[in-house]
Amino acid sequence: MTIISVLLILSCLWLLGSSRLHVAIRVVAIQGVLLGVLPLVRSMGKIGFGVGVLGLSTIISKGILLPWLMSACLRLSGIRKEIEPFVGFGPSLLCGTALLGLAVWIADRLQLTQAQVPQVLLISSFFAILAGLFLMVTRRKAIMQSLAYLVMENGVYGVGVSMSLDFPFIVELGILLDVFVGVFLMGNLLFHLDREFEHLDADKLTELSDLSKSTPVLDAAEENA
Amino acid sequence: MNALRWTLPLTAWVLSPLMLGIINRVKAFFAGRQGPSVWQLYYDLFKLLQKASVYSRSTSAVIRMGPSVVLACMALATTILPWGELRAPVTFVGDIILLAYLLGLARFATVLAALDTGSSFEGMGASREVQFAALAEPSFFLGMLVLVLHFGFSGLSKMVSEISFETWQTSGVLLTLVGCSWFILLLTENSRIPVDDPNTHLELTMIHEVMVLDYGGPDLAFILYAASLKMWIFAALVVNLVVPMHSLTPWWQAPIFLLGMVFVMILVGVVESILARLRLQQIPKVLIGSALLSLIALIVRLMG
Repeated sequence: MTIISVLLILSCLWLLGSSRLHVAIRVVAIQGVLLGVLPLVRSMGKIGFGVGVLGLSTIISKGILLPWLMSACLRLSGIRKEIEPFVGFGPSLLCGTALLGLAVWIADRLQLTQAQVPQVLLISSFFAILAGLFLMVTRRKAIMQSLAYLVMENGVYGVGVSMSLDFPFIVELGILLDVFVGVFLMGNLLFHLDREFEHLDADKLTELSDLSKSTPVLDAAEENA
Repeated sequence: MNALRWTLPLTAWVLSPLMLGIINRVKAFFAGRQGPSVWQLYYDLFKLLQKASVYSRSTSAVIRMGPSVVLACMALATTILPWGELRAPVTFVGDIILLAYLLGLARFATVLAALDTGSSFEGMGASREVQFAALAEPSFFLGMLVLVLHFGFSGLSKMVSEISFETWQTSGVLLTLVGCSWFILLLTENSRIPVDDPNTHLELTMIHEVMVLDYGGPDLAFILYAASLKMWIFAALVVNLVVPMHSLTPWWQAPIFLLGMVFVMILVGVVESILARLRLQQIPKVLIGSALLSLIALIVRLMG
């Protein structure tokens, strides 16, 4: 379990430092598989039906389906493969260090009543949430932001698994569905954006207002030219 | 027993140039070349020692002192390194700090000597060296902190001699993380490929090589020999950390240690062959990543 937590932290750091979209998608896929294995490891060998379904469904959805959808988006929309950050990759990593400290502080302050909550797993999950939020704010591409949302959701899932294995089962399924729909919608949005503006910068959404003199489509087209 | 302890630094002093020879042979093998002999550095040192030193008129005593200080620091630092249960000749509580600061002093002397030449080119190299050294330092000390927390605050010899198979079973994650972090540190400190290229003489890419451009003769021999000792020091740290010496019988420890050193050198050679040199802006990212590995180990140690 410690190994999975460490790998989870490392994958988030990798995301903060990597500059390639398809690498980021692959890292998130690995993260999904790790999180799928997590409940199986957490249940200490007594793998019940619920835990098995949770693990399997996580691996399939987070590890295979969503990354596949993302890379399909990437391939079909033909956007550039670089992640365009507002905050550079080196500073991002430094911020990641600070966020890791924050996650340790939160997990330390929480003072859980349950005895056998694995502290390291809690830290790594909180870190995934924080890193996801940070990525969402600091990356320009819409596809990267939906990826960051997925990372954050991975963190939520990790916290759920570390707290208890029985209760969050239903909740998790609900969240999974949410994410599925979210990403589905996001995919639609990406295609739509792509058709309208010829690129996927979320920044350009500000130009949708009616106040601008010329049509946003033309603006974007001019900028591209 | 006490005399036996001195075999450690003596082996380091004798065998360290061989280690760089091994790296070069591995690189040559990957490039499909014959490559220089593994003893090449010995020939080079011998040749250089027979020459006379030439100094620029614009330099002062600082540059003449530089190589001697660097070599003295490195030679002293090797006396702190243990292998397995055979204690180092110099060992006391907190000798890790001495090790770190001997390496620091050697760097300081190199940088001062580089600045002393008055060449803007060497000044640039010095600035880069110091910048990256500042980023590399946390991974060394954080890794040490993990070891200290795990084995108690004592000498380096005592700490590494307690690493056994059981340590790997109970806290293998810690050792792996710190080991990886220190391997990156080894590549950085010895100006190996992902960070710096030891062969390059291009202005844009050099970090360490540029600072030693003005040396010739015995001075250059000192610098080269000190560099090979430095490689030995870092490789020995990694090997001591990774190999569970406590579980081996004393007679096996020395051969296994040397085998580990050769293995680390081969690993360095492979890394150099399959990786390209990073852009200069990318290097801080790698160093921060290396420090983060140690930091995660620390968190796992404290909270796990």
